[in-house]
Amino acid sequence: MTGAMTTATRSERWSGYGLLTIMAIAVVIPFLSVFLASVQPAGTPVVGLTWPERWSWDNYQQAWSVAGFSDLIRHSLIIAVGVVPACLVLAALAGYALGTMRLPGGNAVAAFFIAGLTIPVELIVVPLYFDLRGLGLTNSYLGVILVEIALFMPFSVFWMRTHFQSTPQSLVEAARIDGASSATILLRVLLPLARPSLMTLGLLVFMWSWNQFLLVLVLIQDTTRHTAPAGLGFFVGQNTTDIPTLAAGTIIVMLPILILFVVFQRSFIAGLLQGAMKG
Amino acid sequence: MPSRPPVRPPGTRGRGAWRGYVYVLPAFLVYVAFAVLPALHTAYLSLFEWDGVTLGEWVGLGNYQEILQDSVLRRSVFNALVLVVFFSFVPIALGLAMTGLLARYRRPGMGAYRFLFMLPQVIPLVAVGVTWRWLYGDDGLVNQAFRTVGLDGVTRAWLGDFDAALVAVGLVGTWVLSGLCMMLFLSGVQKVDPSLYEAARLDGAGPVREFVSVTLPHLRGELAVAMTVTTVAALASFDIVYVTTNGGPGEQTTVPGLLVYRLAFSEGKVGLAAALAVVLGCLILAIVYLINRLSRTET
Repeated sequence: MTGAMTTATRSERWSGYGLLTIMAIAVVIPFLSVFLASVQPAGTPVVGLTWPERWSWDNYQQAWSVAGFSDLIRHSLIIAVGVVPACLVLAALAGYALGTMRLPGGNAVAAFFIAGLTIPVELIVVPLYFDLRGLGLTNSYLGVILVEIALFMPFSVFWMRTHFQSTPQSLVEAARIDGASSATILLRVLLPLARPSLMTLGLLVFMWSWNQFLLVLVLIQDTTRHTAPAGLGFFVGQNTTDIPTLAAGTIIVMLPILILFVVFQRSFIAGLLQGAMKG
Repeated sequence: MPSRPPVRPPGTRGRGAWRGYVYVLPAFLVYVAFAVLPALHTAYLSLFEWDGVTLGEWVGLGNYQEILQDSVLRRSVFNALVLVVFFSFVPIALGLAMTGLLARYRRPGMGAYRFLFMLPQVIPLVAVGVTWRWLYGDDGLVNQAFRTVGLDGVTRAWLGDFDAALVAVGLVGTWVLSGLCMMLFLSGVQKVDPSLYEAARLDGAGPVREFVSVTLPHLRGELAVAMTVTTVAALASFDIVYVTTNGGPGEQTTVPGLLVYRLAFSEGKVGLAAALAVVLGCLILAIVYLINRLSRTET
């Protein structure tokens, strides 16, 4: 490394960092602009990037209670709480079997799951509306939860299968010789070791569920039951002029996922990059 | 995918081998019921003319014919392909350029950059769209910046401008995806043995030469992934378009996803919407397949 340092020119290094910093600023500025708009006193005309004369948190109060963002957040959480555990359990079970057992046709089944990685919501949303309406599952969180589980299943199964394939086969063999059943092997031996993988998967699934828009827009037409992104999208259409409240609402919708990202950034980034690479 | 020979372990487990499918079944059922079957149902619906209420009428491939002939529908596919330039080509070019500049060095302080560059990946695209709608507005940051440097004549409502709207939407995609591409490439380049760079320098290779002959060949996998992810994001860009322009002005920024939604749920053309969804799905599948094929045969 030191050799490379001496032969490389310093200017290249600094121009690299300079550009990185410019790009980082380009990422931050939109957030900053929304944030500053959200703390302007209500009723003041807001322009671009303006430092507020007086900091006002009233817009958050306004967005939270009057504009109904507290309900939107609650609905999003209900859905995420339904989706994340179910995804983890189903994916752990399927990934375990597909990753450690020699199932007849197992590879074909795994490929069948992986093929689903390319299904866009657009492709399934039209018949889903009519089918689920027939079952009374439109305007219902259960309907959204079931479809989201199905949508995230290809990645989840794939992720857990990859994890279980990488755990040493000898662990499984040893437990089997001790007479452990396949369920015991999963619960006692493999799952404790899978916690980091499950954790990353849980974060990714939560994020996808939180951010899901089109599906909710179609399946939940009752606006009083909207989730955070759907509510925000709807709110934009209704209130184009009240920038401070809109900005506060935008921040509120971003905040939960932002907090998770700050706390678990290592898992998140590793998951996003590895997930992309493996997928 | 590594294919394992279907060798059965000796002894007892013949028919018992099937028992493992008990574990796969729940995931399989949910996946098939709520993703695979709906996808097939879409294909089936695409063969009918149906308003969603009365009885549908079988039209065979008529809806697909309409997609080829209708200028709005064709326009939406064209727009999606234009968006690929901004969602895919530009971020990848930027990411490669940055990687070229930074590949050779230990990178102290990358943690903070990594956090910032991945940030647009985790927040809802709807919130991204709302944010940019504000930035592009009359009193938004973009116009403010132009006014500050005295270019008042350039200012406009960007998302309402016939010539600028599609580019403006595209640049939102560039903003979202550039960081991801950069991080993918920079993490990929860590696999490169530093001595290769040293050797290249000793051979008198300049930065460009070094990039082409050392860095780039090691990034083939990452490049394929970046192309796949960004292209899919461009073709299925419903969220951003819906909240920024909703397809306007006119049909300047209409994308297939938007039309699927509009045709099925406000215009009562369910069959046509389904056909467009199938076209979109096939387009995505073809591109993903093509990218993976190319990246594999070249290795």
